[in-house]
Amino acid sequence: MVYIVGLLAAVLLVLTLVVLNRMSVFTKGFASAQDANTPGMANKINAALLPIVFLLGSAAGVWSFVEAAPKFLPSPSSEHGVHTDTMFWWFMAIVTTAFFLTSILLFVFAFKYQYDPKRRATFYPVNHRLELAWTVVPAIVMAIMVFMGWRVWRDITSEAPADAYVIEVTGKQFNWIARYPGVDNNKLGSYNYKLIDATNEVGIDMTDENSFDDVISNTLYIPKGVPVLLKIRARDVLHSVFLPHLRVKMDAVPGMPTKFWFKATKSTDEMKAETNDPKFEYRLNCTEICGQGHFSMKMNVVVLEEEDFQAWLKTQKSFLATNASYLDRVPARLKAKAMKYTESGSEEAPAEGEAPADSTASASAATASLR
Amino acid sequence: MATAALTHDAHDAHEHEHEHHEQNFIQKYVFSEDHKMIAKQYLITGIIWAFIGGLLSILFRLQLGFPDMKLDGLRWLLGEWINPEGKLESEFYLALVTMHGTIMVFFVLTAGLSGTFSNFLIPLQIGARDMASGFLNMLSYWFFLVASIIMLSSLFISTGPAAGGWVIYPPLSAIPTASNGSGMGMSLWLVAMALFIVSQLMGGLNYVTTIINLRTRGLSFSKLPLTIWSFFLTAVLGILSFPVLLSAALLLIFDRNFGTSFYISEIYIGGEALPQQGGSAILFQHLFWFLGHPEVYIVLLPALGITSEVIATNARKPIFGYRAMIGSMLGITLLAFIVWAHHMFVTGMNPFLGSVFMFLTLIIAVPSAVKGFNYITTLWRGNIVFTPAMLFSIGLVSLFIAGGVTGIILGNAALDIQLHDTYFVVAHFHLVMGSASFFGLMAGVYHWFPKMYGRMMNNTLGYIHFWLSFIGVFCVFFPMHYIGIAGFPRRYYSFSTYDMTNSFADLNQFISVAAIITFAAQGIFAFNFFYSIFKGKKSVQNPWRSTTLEWTTPVVVGHGNWEGPIPAVYRWPYDFSKPGAVEDFIPQTVPFSATPESNLPEENEQIALEKTIEELHPYQKEVSAKSGGH
Repeated sequence: MVYIVGLLAAVLLVLTLVVLNRMSVFTKGFASAQDANTPGMANKINAALLPIVFLLGSAAGVWSFVEAAPKFLPSPSSEHGVHTDTMFWWFMAIVTTAFFLTSILLFVFAFKYQYDPKRRATFYPVNHRLELAWTVVPAIVMAIMVFMGWRVWRDITSEAPADAYVIEVTGKQFNWIARYPGVDNNKLGSYNYKLIDATNEVGIDMTDENSFDDVISNTLYIPKGVPVLLKIRARDVLHSVFLPHLRVKMDAVPGMPTKFWFKATKSTDEMKAETNDPKFEYRLNCTEICGQGHFSMKMNVVVLEEEDFQAWLKTQKSFLATNASYLDRVPARLKAKAMKYTESGSEEAPAEGEAPADSTASASAATASLR
Repeated sequence: MATAALTHDAHDAHEHEHEHHEQNFIQKYVFSEDHKMIAKQYLITGIIWAFIGGLLSILFRLQLGFPDMKLDGLRWLLGEWINPEGKLESEFYLALVTMHGTIMVFFVLTAGLSGTFSNFLIPLQIGARDMASGFLNMLSYWFFLVASIIMLSSLFISTGPAAGGWVIYPPLSAIPTASNGSGMGMSLWLVAMALFIVSQLMGGLNYVTTIINLRTRGLSFSKLPLTIWSFFLTAVLGILSFPVLLSAALLLIFDRNFGTSFYISEIYIGGEALPQQGGSAILFQHLFWFLGHPEVYIVLLPALGITSEVIATNARKPIFGYRAMIGSMLGITLLAFIVWAHHMFVTGMNPFLGSVFMFLTLIIAVPSAVKGFNYITTLWRGNIVFTPAMLFSIGLVSLFIAGGVTGIILGNAALDIQLHDTYFVVAHFHLVMGSASFFGLMAGVYHWFPKMYGRMMNNTLGYIHFWLSFIGVFCVFFPMHYIGIAGFPRRYYSFSTYDMTNSFADLNQFISVAAIITFAAQGIFAFNFFYSIFKGKKSVQNPWRSTTLEWTTPVVVGHGNWEGPIPAVYRWPYDFSKPGAVEDFIPQTVPFSATPESNLPEENEQIALEKTIEELHPYQKEVSAKSGGH
């Protein structure tokens, strides 16, 4: 790195000295001239520097691109990501070509038509045909690009397939919380922001029977190969779900749930192999400024084969099972059903001597429901 | 106000009596109603702001380039914003990027650019003695200055300035407990911006009124220099869009202070659920970007106008496709109002709207491309004189192309999913809007300095300034594309939690060093500018051999601009290198009857009309240049 900085500094310094030196020679030469604008040596130097700098700059651009490319994200691990990446690189090629064509003309003309006292500029105010051409050609190219982009956009933002696996992601200052619809069915329980407290961080509404098997996780587990519908919301301020490897981004807005559906195509293990990096991990980052801890608002993401995912889910206790005190929020008519989840949950993952707490909780729940 | 009185002046030239009244220091330099002085006030305030805004960016570039650097040495300046470990506070980092953006977009490139050149050039290039309302013009500057002082003061309060990004999206900006910067700092931001908008509206109404009403005889819209066209359309953009930002800000003030819920809904923060329900955070974004996108063109169009003028003059050629240039500016102006939601593709907005805005956004590339091609064709077979202004103009075209092409990528909703809010966006808009407009500003300063101060700036220093700036901005912003393609989000204090293995530490270091060099190079400009005001070589009347009206005024322009009657205009502003003409330029004031050797057939027909133009003289509206009016 240091040598790049040094190189840059040296180039700029040399350039400065060269220009300074030449200029001072030149300014002395015509300091007496009446019209400060009479072009002389300086004009030639500047005219020459334009294409030279462009050439050196292009070389530096190409070199640095090749240097930086290995650090770009690996090939996308989602279905739509493959389409957007392909389109991105094609469009980059098109606009880079346009950039070079126009830049070459700009700098070559600047050099070639530098001031010459023997010549006069050509009076050439307009050429309608030429103008029509370069209005119509970009318009057509744009139209094609819009059409291609629109088709991909339409597919990405289409309604999620009915069988898409639903996962809810909630952003808060400064971490993310995932909620799974549990083992029973693919339905998340409803929520209400007024029910949020220190334990029930996403405000699960226990009057909804779909809530009973909901699972909360601080790591985002995603099944591979099946459509996944992310339901995204925020608790306090704007956040944004960004899964760079999966090419997913969607804002999290308090009061306005958003969504994004995709299909992951590579599991974490496969990515470890592909990138040759045993420490590779998917991640979810926040990309909407949300305050002091914005930069560190990150969630680990694990993409699992579908059967591994189901196996993982089975080991998870539902929120209600972990926090049985919330049973008292359950209406009396659903209490029996809710109890089933807490029991089965504690059976599968016997834990932390919660039994007495459970019984008191259910007792108080009974009284609560009577009120 | 009497100063605004329009008088139908039927007197002869010698009776115009625009003699120089003795003005005291305060009238002349402080509470001036003279458009030239107000322009200089705007310019110098803008330059000071640019250095402040630039300095803030250097501070956060230090953090990004050298995250392990001990900054204890800056404690005298930043106090507790340097934490006990000698590092920048992460909250203050956000405040820095927020203030950098606000200052650069509004206080430098809007006020500093439009405020300077619209004020300075409109009366001079259309042949008016002053603005339609000198008093309103003065108020416009003073509102701007008060806004500036309030915005600046927010840097010094204990909770720090606004820290929600220059877009100040609620709820972050609406809830004081969400962030330190959302407290007093945000209140000051909103008050400052409200005053700023008032200032811009007064300025804009003045520009439009002046251009419509006070053009000299013979100067039809089809003969206006492109600078004036660009200032005119910029003012229209500002008048139509700034009020929307004002209302957005007002609603935000209500949400912050009076418990309304325009933007906030269903929020749980600081251990409690807020009562507000039913508001929409997205509403603010719509309102903000309804200004925010036209704002891009508010800063860019004047720069393009200035460039058109400078390139034509120094290529010694008429600008290619004068009408197409106007047409494309009109197209950009119109489209600027209907593309705002491309900033919001991933906000959860209806995807159908996303499709519509993608389509409209990519249409705007067409007039932009036309402008680029026209600049290039203007250089073709020219006889180019590389003044510093010309170099900055060519630099602008280059930056406009480099930054513009990536707009085509970002305007594509499907591609924007990945690139939104990454460094790719930062690279794009800093090139196409930030740097390009800044280069336009610089081109304007170098080009019209002789008219402002009657002296020349030093060319050599100008060249050095240009080359360091030109190479510098590319070194700073071009590599950011790579960081963006690699997925790095913007407004991140540190990338240690983003991606530990590929943190682009080298590249970020390079960018920071380049930024420091580029910033330092602006010191050369500052020296050149202030030194030349007092010690620069005396200018001649028309140093660049240009055609427009301002170069027919005396070298040191007095109050009222022209000593005799205001000259009439007979031709368009781009008669450079006309075949048959003696000189390689014919000023707008030269009638076709005086140039039979170079007239085109249709121009010979216009000789007959010259009488009509002269007959208009007694009816020409003139704003009084005397402070008390006639």
